[in-house]
Amino acid sequence: MMDGRPSAAVSVPLAGVAARRGRRAWPWLLAAAGLCVLPLVPGLDSNFVRSLVSQMGIAAVFALSFNMLLGQTGLLSFGHAVYFGLGGYVAIHGMRLINAGLPIPIPLVPLFGAAGGLFFGVLIGSVTTKRAGTVFAMITLGLGELVVAASLMLTRFFGGEEGITANRTRAPHLFGLTFASQLEVYYLIAFWAFLSVALMSAFTRTPLGRMCNAVRDNPERAEFVGYNPQRVRLLAFAVSAMFAGVAGGLHAVNYEIVAAEALGAARSGAVLLMAFVGGIGSFFGPILGAMVITWLQVSLSDYTTAWQLYFGILFIIIVLFAPGGLAWLIALHLPLARARMLHTVLPGYLAALAPALVMVLGGSLLLEINYRLATKPELGTRMSLFWVAMDVSRPWPWIAGLAMLAGGFYAFRRSWALVAAGWHAASERMREDGAP
Amino acid sequence: MSPSPALQLQEVHKSFGPTPIIRGVTLDVVAGERHAVIGPNGAGKSTLFNIVSGRFPPTRGTVRLKGTDITGQPPFEINRRGLSRSFQVTNIFPRLSVHENVRCSVLWSLRYRYSLWHRVDRLRDVEDRTERILAQINLSARQDVPAGVLTYAEQRALEIGITIAGGADVILLDEPTAGMSHSETEYAVELIRGLSGGKTLVIVEHDMGVVFNLADRISVLVYGEIIATDTPDRIRANRAVQDAYLGTEHH
Ligand SMILES: Nc1ncnc2c1ncn2[C@@H]1O[C@H](COP(=O)(O)OP(=O)(O)OP(=O)(O)O)[C@@H](O)[C@H]1O
Ligand SMILES: [Mg+2]
Repeated sequence: MMDGRPSAAVSVPLAGVAARRGRRAWPWLLAAAGLCVLPLVPGLDSNFVRSLVSQMGIAAVFALSFNMLLGQTGLLSFGHAVYFGLGGYVAIHGMRLINAGLPIPIPLVPLFGAAGGLFFGVLIGSVTTKRAGTVFAMITLGLGELVVAASLMLTRFFGGEEGITANRTRAPHLFGLTFASQLEVYYLIAFWAFLSVALMSAFTRTPLGRMCNAVRDNPERAEFVGYNPQRVRLLAFAVSAMFAGVAGGLHAVNYEIVAAEALGAARSGAVLLMAFVGGIGSFFGPILGAMVITWLQVSLSDYTTAWQLYFGILFIIIVLFAPGGLAWLIALHLPLARARMLHTVLPGYLAALAPALVMVLGGSLLLEINYRLATKPELGTRMSLFWVAMDVSRPWPWIAGLAMLAGGFYAFRRSWALVAAGWHAASERMREDGAP
Repeated sequence: MSPSPALQLQEVHKSFGPTPIIRGVTLDVVAGERHAVIGPNGAGKSTLFNIVSGRFPPTRGTVRLKGTDITGQPPFEINRRGLSRSFQVTNIFPRLSVHENVRCSVLWSLRYRYSLWHRVDRLRDVEDRTERILAQINLSARQDVPAGVLTYAEQRALEIGITIAGGADVILLDEPTAGMSHSETEYAVELIRGLSGGKTLVIVEHDMGVVFNLADRISVLVYGEIIATDTPDRIRANRAVQDAYLGTEHH
């Protein structure tokens, strides 16, 4: 096409294009390969891990669909679980039809979820996306409550409190897949999660995806370059709801039941938490958040009934001290890692970690004591916390908790100087190295 | 019959609450001309642009673009019919890169609309036009920087770039050189002159040097009324204009 000799004037902008394109295939291939071998790796080949990673995959799709609205289009939804749940319900009804003889194999069930999410996304979105900002957030909150209320009334579709169940093994068996084992379910979920993430990533680079960012930044100016911001918001909303529906469909396959909690406020709150913890400013942040929060949900709920309280505290800490989330924290350290200088800041972090742990331990000791006394007073004042038996009618557990909290906090504050010094040294070194 | 004017305003009125701001403006802008609108602060020049570009509807009167009644239509409809405007107060996409700012304005006009089927960074025509506009506004070297961190003058240049990138044939520029240094203004004037070949340009400008240098015709807006529309020479000689507006600057 070009006649041999690209002039400097041509090659410079092209170099810019290459830099902007700068997306490589290998991270995707690596992720795909990782997902394939993960459940077979010795040590990780338990059903617990398979189930955990399946849940992470579902959460990741859901969190990315949420961030398509929040991070990309600037729309904060307080009712995003509605589309997860409605997608899930459509999928579970699809599975029931399959159980009754509809000749569709189980791996296609998530498409029911996608259709359900898309349908309700367009339907409800055509109302909610008329406005942006606070009004949008308020409408989603109200609609979320409305759908929950409706789900308890329309019991034929929603199944009331018990929900709707189906059987994923009673279906046409494609390639001999019966989905009786968690391993096969894992691969089904991994496949759809990977595909969804790839498609959502591609969405960010379509004309519509880019205009979502424009409308987020300055809807008025978008109008003066030919775009209807309401239409952009509606389309983003519909696509986002569709992927939330895919997540709901995967949920239906995974649990073979969908109940009202699937579309409730708690799930809408959880996805917001995942997105913020991971970071709404980057595409992959919410995946990270989904993985961390799912892991915490699964592990913390084994140890404490107060886990939602800890989530609340975690959320506040992230929003206050790392508003860009984990993705931002990682991005902060990438230049250090590239310059092989992580070791400069590491001692500071280690010095901060010890008192932080003491502080957290003290704080959660006090929390757990109070929580137990408040929620289960009939069990009395003797309890075992952190594998230590104690009687909280005596002052010692309280004093220990307070001392750890206060002492830990004091030492933690002192350790910041070390962290700062490490960063200072690292940036000095980088500046020297960077100088020609 | 002569071709319909690029812009045709008939008895346009605009009040904010009880306060009349535009008080019966009738104006034809001939296709292909460079038309300047001048007038004292608060005369209603920006308000007139806002009405024509669809930011808000007039209280009364009609606006025609190339013969079509566009009164009260939303900005994106008017833009799609081939009218583009810049803003007196810089109005860009601050978190997007300079390159993306320009590209946003290219996409619709090249008919990519709300497409979900194209990879935006693989569109040759989009890329070509974006690069060309960036070169014209002298921001090629800064194209990967977020627009929000540009200097004021660079943002003004970008404002013009976004306005012209869509290829509209009727262009309204609201004080494009405000706040620019002398050399920046000179560059901007040459840019505007260069891009307005074959296009219709309406420009609000306080810098009389720019106005008399650039405009084929000038309209003088005072207190929401056009008191004169004429060639630069005759506007200079116009008694009413001198009294109302140019008085202090006349020599
Ligand atoms: N949205 C609005 N609501 C109320 N009043 C407005 C609005 N927009 C403009 N005005 C008023 O209309 C009058 C004309 O404003 P406009 O911005 O059109 O003047 P202008 O000729 O562009 O002045 P300048 O040269 O200072 O830019 C001003 O008194 C302004 O306060
Ligand atoms: Mg003005």
